Order: sequence, then C-alpha cells, then structure tokens
Amino acid sequence: MKRPSLFSLVLSLPLLIWQLAFFLFPLLFLVAISFWTVKMFQMQPDLNFGNWQRILTRGVFWDAYLRTMILATSAAVLTSAIAFPASYAISFKLSDTAKRWMIFVLIIPFFTSYLVRVYSLQVFLTDAGIVNAALGYIGLGPFPMLNNTFGTLVGMITLCLPLVILLQTFSLNFVNRDLIEAAHNLRCGRLRTVLSVVVPSAKVGLVIAALFAFILSFGDFVSPLYLGGGNPPTLSIMITDITKSGQQWPRAAVVAIMMIGTLMTVAFAAITYAYKERGK
Amino acid sequence: MGNENKIINGWLMLHIALCLIFIFAPIAGSFVFSLNSDRFPSLPLGEFSLEWYRAIWEDPLVWSGFANTVIVGLTVAVIATILGFGGAYTDFRYNFFGKSFYLALALLPPTIPVVIMGLAMLAFLSRINLSGSTISVVIAHGVMCSPFAMAIIRLRLSQMDPDLEAAAWNLGGNEWATLRHVIIPFTKPAIFAALFITMAVSFDEFAVAWFVSGLNETLPVKILGFLQGQVSPRINAIGSLAFLSSMTLIVLAQLLLRNPDQGSK
Repeated sequence: MKRPSLFSLVLSLPLLIWQLAFFLFPLLFLVAISFWTVKMFQMQPDLNFGNWQRILTRGVFWDAYLRTMILATSAAVLTSAIAFPASYAISFKLSDTAKRWMIFVLIIPFFTSYLVRVYSLQVFLTDAGIVNAALGYIGLGPFPMLNNTFGTLVGMITLCLPLVILLQTFSLNFVNRDLIEAAHNLRCGRLRTVLSVVVPSAKVGLVIAALFAFILSFGDFVSPLYLGGGNPPTLSIMITDITKSGQQWPRAAVVAIMMIGTLMTVAFAAITYAYKERGK
Repeated sequence: MGNENKIINGWLMLHIALCLIFIFAPIAGSFVFSLNSDRFPSLPLGEFSLEWYRAIWEDPLVWSGFANTVIVGLTVAVIATILGFGGAYTDFRYNFFGKSFYLALALLPPTIPVVIMGLAMLAFLSRINLSGSTISVVIAHGVMCSPFAMAIIRLRLSQMDPDLEAAAWNLGGNEWATLRHVIIPFTKPAIFAALFITMAVSFDEFAVAWFVSGLNETLPVKILGFLQGQVSPRINAIGSLAFLSSMTLIVLAQLLLRNPDQGSK
C-alpha cells in the first residue's frame, strides 16, 4: 500500500473534514445533548435520562409518532400509486425525445420554493377556493380540504410526486423489453404482464422511490403546519415548536433521535425487502 | 410491441397530463394570483395589476433578505463546488480503505430530514458561537449542497477517457499539471453546472436557514415569516420572481451539460 500523495490529500480531505465537522459531528452532538439538562435557560453538560423519560412517557409524543407514521406511510403509498401509471407511460409509450423533455419538466419543481407552492395550495383548497368553486359548478361541495389530513396529504404528494415519477421511470427504463415481448407471445394479458413481469423486474426502484417519499413526508413540517393546521402536531412540528419556544433543545433532540432511528429502521427494512429474491 | 391499444394509451397520456397539472397547478396559481388585484385570492379573478410587485419592490425587508440570499448562494456555490469537485475526483481516481464511509458521509445529507439537520446545526453552531450569523447559513448550506455538486461533476468525470490522464503523465506532466491542463478543462461545463445548481438549491432552502439564521434571514425564511402572518399576495410575487431566477439557473446548467464539449477548449 502506497502512502497517499500530497495531491490526493489536497483533493480528498477538504470534503471529508467539512462533512465530519459540520454534518456528522452536529448529529452526534445531538445525541450528546439529549442527556444534558437545562438550568436557568442554559444547557448544562450532564448525563441525565430525564429528557428521554419525559418524552417517551408522554402520550402526546406517541400520538404524534403514530400520526406521523400514518401520514408518511399514506403519502408514500398514495404517491407511488398515482405515479406508477405515469412512469409506466413515460417509460414504455413515449419517444426518446418526449422522454427527455418529460424528465426535464419533472426536475423543475425541485427548484421552485416548496413554501410558495404550499401557500398557493392554500388558495386552491379553502372552502371558497378554486377546487370547491369548480365543484360547485357541478353541484358538489363545498368539501373541507384545508386544515385537515386531506390537506396535509395533498401537500406531501405535491412534494414527492415529481421525485417518485422520476425514480420509477428510471427503474422502468431498465426493465428488459424482451421479457415483455415474451410475455405477450405467451398470450399474457396487459394487466398480467404489468403485474407479473414489469413490477417484479423494477421492484428495487419502485421500493426505493416509495422509501424516498416516506423519508420526505416523515420529515416535512410545512404541509402539516400550513395545510394540516398544525394540530395535533407531527414529530417535525414538535421539534420546531420546542426549539423556537425556548432552550429545551435536549427534549427536541430526543424527538429528533427517535425520528432518525425510525427512518434508519424503515430504510433498512425497505432495502432488505427490495433486494430479497422472490420465493418460488 | 405489436398489440398497442389506443384506448389504454389514451388513458395513460391523460394520466400523465393530470399528474403534471397536479404538480404545476400551485406554481401556475402563484403566477396568476401575483398579477391579480384582489387581496384575497379567489374566483372570479379581479383586475390585472402589478401592485404586489410594486409592494415588494418598495419593501426594504425584502431587499435585505434578497441581498442575504444572494451572498449566501454565491458563497455556498463556490464552496460546495470546490468540495464536490475534490470528492468526485477522489471517488473517480482512488480506491482506499474506508471509501464507502467517505462516500456515505459525502452523499447522505439530503436524506436527513431538514428539521433534524436544522436542530443539530443550531445546537452545534450556537455552542461555538456561530449561530445567528450569515456564516452559519453558509456552513449548513455547504453541507446540504456539496452532494449535488459532487454528483454532477462525478457524472462528467465518468465520461472521461481514462487514458487521457495516463497520456498526460507520460508526456511528463505531474499530477498538478494534469489536473490543471486536462481534468479541469474537461470537467469545466460540469463545474459551472454545479455552481448554478447549488446556487439554486441554496436559494430555495429555508428550513435549516430558518433554524440557524437568527436575524440575518434569507428571502425564503422571510417568506416563512409572511406565511405565519396574514394572507398576502406579496408571497406570490416573490415566489414568481424566485421561480424565474431559479429557472434561469437551471436552464443555464442544462445548456452547459447538454453540449459539454463546446467551450472546453
């Protein structure tokens, strides 16, 4: 093994040092302060389990935990279901030029402010808003769409849909076209071809797309706050509330660590499931 | 595939259209209402008016937020691109013990929820007396943007003929000369694309900035403030302008990446 040259160190170390100092270390620091105590509005280094005990024995926390899990899971499932026909059509039915354009169009939302989009969605979803006005013309509604779970989910799906369509499309592009031809030759129907050839072939990509939707929705606080009314809170809203209302950062840190633990567990389970060979 | 079905294809195209409408309706709505005279956006529309643009033009708070956003964005773009270039080249060129840890550290930040990043940054930076300053936003955005820069530059490096570097060494160029005369010119389009993309990411990031910025708020943080207050079509006007500037950056990046071998001489 050679000693690393000065050249290689100059190129590789800045990123390593930066990410260790400003990414990994702050996250580890979060674990440390979850054991600290707060006296006179000042955090004191300590080894105290009081914050953990306080948060984990509260019904409020577990209600928020369950609620956040249900919201994020629903958003992931709904987004995947809405995205799939679109991704399928983009991958299998569009010309290469149209495909490239579609991918470019789907990248645009990543660079528009999510806040502004959520603000704009409020206008669509209020009782006197555009959607209810349109429904009114055909004699329906008004339906309550804002400050409830429906509003939150609409916001989360708006956030996740472009990413999920892109990831699904990429994984569908890798599905072997010969397999589909073979299925057709064996007189396999359209729906059955999709369910027993296309979906299993693209399984890894489909699961990872859903996982990203789950991660994004699980950590999102904008939709639950501005479209869901913020009450009852989700875990993200809890963190922002605790942080902004004083110096109880150790308690917020406990909530944050619980969130990271959950995300890592879900990600591990999803990836294990995605790569698992199907039993015969 | 032989047995296309017109009706099914029609439904699928309709589905794509509906998804696009769903995704872009909020963006389009924001544009339309930014040009509408009514204070409370509703149907039918009021008259065409530029008064909300005039209102933000005359608001000094918006200008200071804008100035902060631009300063942070430019600084972050340069830092993230330099860090990302080093990371991309390291991944391209070297194999070493612990490389997967190195790559995980470099690429993981976008998967950590922003509230958690925000809280971690706030707790850590305030401990070293850096929270509440523009520097703290630059640090946080540097962490979040460098993976994007790294991915873009790594993609370009993978298109490079590996013999090119070897040839330069054979001609007597040392590693530094090769970097300067071969690798940087080759990756130049991706470097510029990375600058624009990271700037655009930084322009829109509000959550972590909101945690750590204190009084030096960036424009998106200011929008968050407006959102918590009363209904104001000024948000639509700001949003539309932000959309136009982000789009300009993306289109520039796209043009650079599409035709990368022009202008690299």
